Amino acid sequence: MTMLQKGMPKEPVIAAEDLRVWYAGPAGPVRAVDGVSFEVAKGEILGLVGESGCGKSTLGRGLLGLLPDGAARDGSLLVGGRDVLAMSPKEARRLRGGELGMIFQEPLTRLNPLMRISDHFAETLKVHEPRLSRKEIERRALEALRVVGIPPTRFRAYPHEFSGGMRQRIMIALTLVVRPAFVVADEPTTALDVLVEAQIIRNLHELRSEFDTAMLLITHNLGIVAEACDRVAVMYAGRILEIGDAREVFANPQHSYTRELLRSVISLETDGLHYIDGAPPDLVAPPSGCRFHPRCPDAMVVCAQRSPEEKVVAGTAGGGTRVACWAAERRAGVADLGPEESRPLEREAISVADEA
Amino acid sequence: MLRLARRLWGTKGLARWILLIGIVITAIFVILAIFAPWIAPYGFAQNRVDGAKFVKLAHPSGEHWLGTNDQFYDIWSRVIWGARTALEVILLSVFFSLIVGVPLGLLSGYAGRATDKLLVFVMDALYAFPSLLLAIVMAFLLNAKVGNGVVAAALSLTVVYIPQYFRVVRNTTVSVREATFVEAARALGAGPVTIMRRYLFGNVVQSVPVIGTLNAADALGTLASLGFLGLGIQPTEASEWGYDLNRALDDAQAGTWWPALFPGLAIVLLITALTFVGEGLNESLNPALVRRRVKPARFDREDVPVLAGDEVEVPDLSGGGTR
Amino acid sequence: MSSSRGSLPHYIAIRILLIIPMMLVLLTLVFILLRVAPGDPVSAAAGGKLNEHELDLRRHALGLDRPLIVQYGDYLWDAVRLKFGNAMSDGTPVTTLIRDHGGATLTLTVGAFIVAIALGIPLGRYAGRYRDSAADAGIRLFGIVVYAAPIFWVGILLIMAVNAIDRSWPTSGIASPVTIYEVPTHTHILLLDSLIAQYDVVDVLQHHVLPCLALGLMLSGIVTRLTRVNVVQALKGDYVEAARARGIPESRVVRKHAFRNALVPVITVIGLQVAITLSGAVLTENTFNWPGLGTDLVNYVLARDYVAVQGLVTFFAFIVVVVSVVVDIVNALVDPRVRY
Repeated sequence: MTMLQKGMPKEPVIAAEDLRVWYAGPAGPVRAVDGVSFEVAKGEILGLVGESGCGKSTLGRGLLGLLPDGAARDGSLLVGGRDVLAMSPKEARRLRGGELGMIFQEPLTRLNPLMRISDHFAETLKVHEPRLSRKEIERRALEALRVVGIPPTRFRAYPHEFSGGMRQRIMIALTLVVRPAFVVADEPTTALDVLVEAQIIRNLHELRSEFDTAMLLITHNLGIVAEACDRVAVMYAGRILEIGDAREVFANPQHSYTRELLRSVISLETDGLHYIDGAPPDLVAPPSGCRFHPRCPDAMVVCAQRSPEEKVVAGTAGGGTRVACWAAERRAGVADLGPEESRPLEREAISVADEA
Repeated sequence: MLRLARRLWGTKGLARWILLIGIVITAIFVILAIFAPWIAPYGFAQNRVDGAKFVKLAHPSGEHWLGTNDQFYDIWSRVIWGARTALEVILLSVFFSLIVGVPLGLLSGYAGRATDKLLVFVMDALYAFPSLLLAIVMAFLLNAKVGNGVVAAALSLTVVYIPQYFRVVRNTTVSVREATFVEAARALGAGPVTIMRRYLFGNVVQSVPVIGTLNAADALGTLASLGFLGLGIQPTEASEWGYDLNRALDDAQAGTWWPALFPGLAIVLLITALTFVGEGLNESLNPALVRRRVKPARFDREDVPVLAGDEVEVPDLSGGGTR
Repeated sequence: MSSSRGSLPHYIAIRILLIIPMMLVLLTLVFILLRVAPGDPVSAAAGGKLNEHELDLRRHALGLDRPLIVQYGDYLWDAVRLKFGNAMSDGTPVTTLIRDHGGATLTLTVGAFIVAIALGIPLGRYAGRYRDSAADAGIRLFGIVVYAAPIFWVGILLIMAVNAIDRSWPTSGIASPVTIYEVPTHTHILLLDSLIAQYDVVDVLQHHVLPCLALGLMLSGIVTRLTRVNVVQALKGDYVEAARARGIPESRVVRKHAFRNALVPVITVIGLQVAITLSGAVLTENTFNWPGLGTDLVNYVLARDYVAVQGLVTFFAFIVVVVSVVVDIVNALVDPRVRY
């Protein structure tokens, strides 16, 4: 049931179809990821953007199964063609590290303070490739470190002897030394300064070309997406609103939210702050229909009633931009709406929903 | 106070049971203590009835439920009267510690600078000192003047627990004081005293029950230890479990188990109960520790594999926000 | 960001220097406590057997009629030179007491620590890993009850139990009288001396079992709860999640990542339990007729020998401070992040 895009000859490395990740909460399940579909091909970097609380981190963790007690996944998640969610938890766990890797946000605390860097590498390699000799392990580790720019003289040092940027690069090397097919990078540069950020992005690109790794780059920084990603997905309240070629989406945003998001990016030309009214919705009881409708300037009556289906609406790069928006679909002529439904949504309904 | 009661009731699971068991057992001992003259068959220093002396070290029987010890006392009566002694000493020592520790903490936090530094250093040193040794020294000193009854024992224990109340009050005072100066500068009329009374009281009142209960547990242990070493309350003044254990030691070597078992059991039960109450209160009141029991997330279709049906415990992240 | 903000020798030096103010406060505390004594120590010790004139002579001999400041100065100066005075009742120098009986207290406490660690750490680790399970609840209950039970009661129970099983097993004293008589004194630590002399070490060890068990059980209550809390905390660590993301099996994650890191604060806190251990040792010694400093303390307190009590308490204060410094230094050795 995967939607293979036109012009994509290869089988995607990872494909999610109507994926849901819900947490256990006191007031009922928290629907952090609520029906998300996407694919990532070999060597491709998919950016995932959205405000804080939209569920992007949950999605990243959910792909690897790193969820707290009481959380559950639903839908279909194919990794290399196999459905992860149909596997036993033990089998699913075995994919971690070897096929599915993760780079975390806060590098300062992600390495065991009592273990040397060399020990970290030895441990990881021994788990996934137990037949490697010690010499081989060292060779592979030093090679991975070389790619990210860490000199071999620091191989036996402890984590606290490195700066934040260096630790992040070590994490990247550690994740990629076992050559996973797919890596989730969860805000890898948010905690680092701009110069180091550029370096890290460059490292990720080198690794992509070296190992052909598919990547999901989660970030709230649109600049990084424009610079580093092939395609981008825009997420809001647990759903993907728009997904397509990065340059295409930025030049020609289809969804109202994407448009507003791009407008609020600050650059040297900014002369007034732009923001979107209201706040992200409660994920325990999300708004009906399209979840963005309470804050959307283009909202119509139908937006509060029915969730829009995903449809390809524009562009040709990479198979075109897929969007879930009544307004966009109406503009593109692929939506079937009656006159009642197309009426603009009453303003007061929006301000009442503001309180959500 | 009402908020507290509601919070306590809301704690689910094991924490609630622990709190409940602790309260029930403590309540039993309190009842024994209060109604001792009516419940206990004999006086605590009574070794004869109707002119006939009790049998020494008699086995537990219908006449003496827990037997008699080597001083001809009825053990069941000694246990009951011991509850009264224990409670009296605990309440007194906590009370004394409070009336010394709290004002000192207020003074130290409010005065600041040298006074504060000095007091904190002294209190930390006292706190670091082995508590039993401190109690022994105090008992040693007070013995001459105040004798060795309930009040003397309570005073011996007081010094040990003053630092804890001092610390809590002082820290709260310092944080409130630093906020108060800002407020006082802006506020018109509301004096720092009123502000402190309102904020300080609330914060302190929250921690005192927990500290007080855990102190009580510790105080009981220390009291029994003093009694065991012969530095506590004499048997003619009141019945004290630790002292009875001292007498039971020699007989235990010979195989007489009942004089040793029952007073000791009483000590363990009461200390454990008090600890349960203290820890239970802590878990209920401390927002960081609160873990709510929630149902795992489920999807509404039958074909979806569902996680184990038991409720799970998650930290209370009220607000429902997620990443 | 380099690592050498400070170095290990520097840290150790500063830590040792900090002993001085700490000791000063404790010594002052002891001095004040004992001088504040309501009632007069000399007449109390004499028990009404001497007349006023003789009491005055006594006071003069002890220097109690001098100004308080002078007494304080003398006390501090003596303490620095490790002179703890002579007991009033029998004239024994306190230093002799420490020398002769310190060894017994030492072996008792070391043995108890071994029991506590051997029992407490595995239990705490299991409870921490399988949090909220029935085993966890049971272990936590064990930790509470074992700490709540008075040591002397546990000791008595142990004595009764052992007597019921094996009448010949020693339940009192540090060794049989023959052993004590025969073993020549070198280190003043009976266990070591018997090892050196190769004379009936088994006897001495047997006598150690019950007392160390009694004291060790109480300490294990603390160790168990401590380990459990730290393991639970460590398992929440970011590096633990990162290790899981790399596919490291859970058992190894718990062992190599969470547990190792949890041990660091545990070791420190265990070392700082010296205060409680001393209190417990006093009780244990009095239960098992153990010839250590705890027995001495109680005996001199009962004899109202105020000089001896002062000397012993001062010594205990020393021990508490020194051990806490040693623990800090060991912690610095173990944890590469700790430096001044």
